[in-house]
Amino acid sequence: MKNAVGREIPEEILQATGKEVFHGNHYYDGYEYRKDGPVTRCVIHSGGSKLVDNIHDALVKCGIRDGMTLGFHHHFREGDYVVNMVMEEVHRMGIRDITICASSLGKAHDPIVPYIEDGTITSIESSGVRGKIGEAISNGKLKGLAIMRSHGGRVRAIESGETRVDIAFIGTPTCDDYGNCRGIGGKSNCGVLSYAMVDADYADKVVAITDCLVPFPNFPAHISMTKVDYVVVVDEIGDPKKIATGAAKPTTDMRKLMMADYCTQFVVNTPYFRDGFSYQTGVGGASIASTISLAKIMKERNIRMRFGVGGLTKPMCDLLINGQVDCLLDTQDFDLDAVESVKDLRHFRISAGEYADPFNKGAVVNKLDFVILAALEVDVQFNCNVVVGSDGVITGAQGGHPDTAEGAKCTIVIVPLLQGRIPAICTDVTTVTTPGESIDVVITDYGIAINPRRQDLIEAMRNVDLPFRTIEELRDIAYSIAGEPERVQFGERIVGIIEGRDGTIMDVVRQIQPFAFAQTEGQS
Amino acid sequence: MNNPNKKRLRRTMMFLNAQKPGLLKDPFLYGPDSIMLDLEDAVAENQKDAARFSLYHALRTIDYHGCERVVRINGLDTPYWREDIRCAVAGGCDSIRIPKTESAGDVRLVEEAVAAAEQEFGRPEGSVLIMAAIESARGVMKALEICESSERLFGIALSGGDYTKDLQTHITGTGIELMGARQNLVIAARAAGVQCFDTVYTDLNNMEGLREDVETIHVMGFDGKSIINPRQIRIVHEIFTPSEREIVFAEKVVREIDAKKAMGIGVFTVDGKMIDIAFYDGAKRTIELAKASGVYKGEL
Repeated sequence: MKNAVGREIPEEILQATGKEVFHGNHYYDGYEYRKDGPVTRCVIHSGGSKLVDNIHDALVKCGIRDGMTLGFHHHFREGDYVVNMVMEEVHRMGIRDITICASSLGKAHDPIVPYIEDGTITSIESSGVRGKIGEAISNGKLKGLAIMRSHGGRVRAIESGETRVDIAFIGTPTCDDYGNCRGIGGKSNCGVLSYAMVDADYADKVVAITDCLVPFPNFPAHISMTKVDYVVVVDEIGDPKKIATGAAKPTTDMRKLMMADYCTQFVVNTPYFRDGFSYQTGVGGASIASTISLAKIMKERNIRMRFGVGGLTKPMCDLLINGQVDCLLDTQDFDLDAVESVKDLRHFRISAGEYADPFNKGAVVNKLDFVILAALEVDVQFNCNVVVGSDGVITGAQGGHPDTAEGAKCTIVIVPLLQGRIPAICTDVTTVTTPGESIDVVITDYGIAINPRRQDLIEAMRNVDLPFRTIEELRDIAYSIAGEPERVQFGERIVGIIEGRDGTIMDVVRQIQPFAFAQTEGQS
Repeated sequence: MNNPNKKRLRRTMMFLNAQKPGLLKDPFLYGPDSIMLDLEDAVAENQKDAARFSLYHALRTIDYHGCERVVRINGLDTPYWREDIRCAVAGGCDSIRIPKTESAGDVRLVEEAVAAAEQEFGRPEGSVLIMAAIESARGVMKALEICESSERLFGIALSGGDYTKDLQTHITGTGIELMGARQNLVIAARAAGVQCFDTVYTDLNNMEGLREDVETIHVMGFDGKSIINPRQIRIVHEIFTPSEREIVFAEKVVREIDAKKAMGIGVFTVDGKMIDIAFYDGAKRTIELAKASGVYKGEL
């Protein structure tokens, strides 16, 4: 069955998952449902401690068994040790058919690939995967389906009961013996625990894992003891060097600086750039550069930002230090400056649900004026792909891309026209991960295309001196330089689905097959 | 031989290694007036043929959107330069840059090879221009002779690195070591009616230093500067683009001189400054530069 972005979703997948095809961004607007609830446990006796000796004992106490779903967060980014150490123990215990439900998985988790291959792990739900797990999934090694969903979509799946997390493992930089978790302090300081909050609220069993036990009470707790079953102390929960590093040096790549400049010029010429606007940006070189140049113009024109959101970096925190933004709403910290900034009283931690969940009574993304995003590919319908690489292998994450893109009044995607030698603007993206109806503007080094759905923005830019083109023109330039790429060759088997924010199916990802040159005339 | 490109705007001339497709594919995006595709120092000795290959195909296939394509050939004391010229002319380059030029004879040698290549590859006679890089004390002393050596020659350029070595000094960042050469070259170029370009500024992290350097050579009378990174373009163009005040003043000067000439008046004042016919060419040049830089929308 064809969905609203023109993708054919096979009937067997609809039947196997019980899902609908994507019907458009607002299909579920106003929908009412009763939230799922976790199993909880009464702890009434006085005193005591929730400490258990090791992960093995915690697993035993939580009643680990075949077929369970385990929850993890990704605040330790590429420095995370928690997923690997838990899965190693699960594997040692001979448990099978585990579903991993993580807010994201990266190269740090390459060591769990053998557990995919031997059937310890048979399903993965994540906002994306990188590295060898992506290769394993795309090569058909995962027995079940990989479900790729946005940060908001993950909260929706858990809150609605579609995904039931049996045991959540929450790596926490500091914790007391009664389970009060904080995202700051200790040696694995990650600032916030936003993505883990839904796990704490909805998982049947919650295990806090820390490498810094502090005396009770570890207050104010970011995740409360009232939700935690057990506490395990280990030597290291992560590699601090890979959790949050010093702020990235501002880019000196002229191509990125040029795109950043286009972006800033676009932003300041929209009607949304006014005192009290709101803004979110990513961690790419161009995004960071555009925040820096935007700050200059804000100062010149005496315009203040009301709030900044998201995964935060130094340039956003500098706005707070310089008094150019009233407050920051934080779901993740990408550098040490952001981790440090959390101590500021105007820097608020928010949960992933508050941030982006489409199935609650309103998320922060709905209040965004601007979001600046990246993409691997954008097609002439403005559909974006941020998950599947040009070789057909799953290699990226939706993260908050679909959430913020839908929520923001002005969604800008910055992408170089050519990624290496591959056209980033194309006729059809390999895989749709964010629908074109959410994308308002695409900024490339060769020019800027405004989505024709946004006639208001086209009108606002009428007298603005920027290199505007149609998206088709941008594609044609890309093809004239690099040629029209042959489509990636996939096999038949579906190895993953890309969920829309609302849980409908945006696209499917098939197993890759080795490249074969097309037969051309005269070839023997 | 009347090639209209001889006098074109050349505020920035950006060096690019001719062997690197990633650099060759779209440097015009950054808006330099000219790009200089280098077959000489940037290319290793055993890669010269590979560089010619990518140069030729880049010139043949890429639309550089009006950006001038200069090719720096290898020195006349190497076995490469003749084939470099054939390749560049066959590819369709706009100009050839001669390195280490020391005499009018050097230019004429290249001129002959360029003319032969034009004929060989069916390009109109005189379509390929020449510029000469001055990189030695001898070259500086022979500047006027070099500037007057060929109808094809549109300008000369100082190459500071080699020149200061020859002078037994080094680049200091202050410009003191370049003073004599800069002054000599720009005077010779003006005397011969050709353009003059300054050497590269190599400290990419010092944009303020670059700005001071460009302000100096702008005041000295240079037409532009060689650059090594697109980040340097904006600063050079800013300094070489006439300010709004300069444009308004130049406009008044041109209009007043035209009007007063008809009335038989030779000397008068504009905005309190004494003006006579000697100001005319300068004011016209300001307007032309403003037009070429895209900032003049007036009617002159």
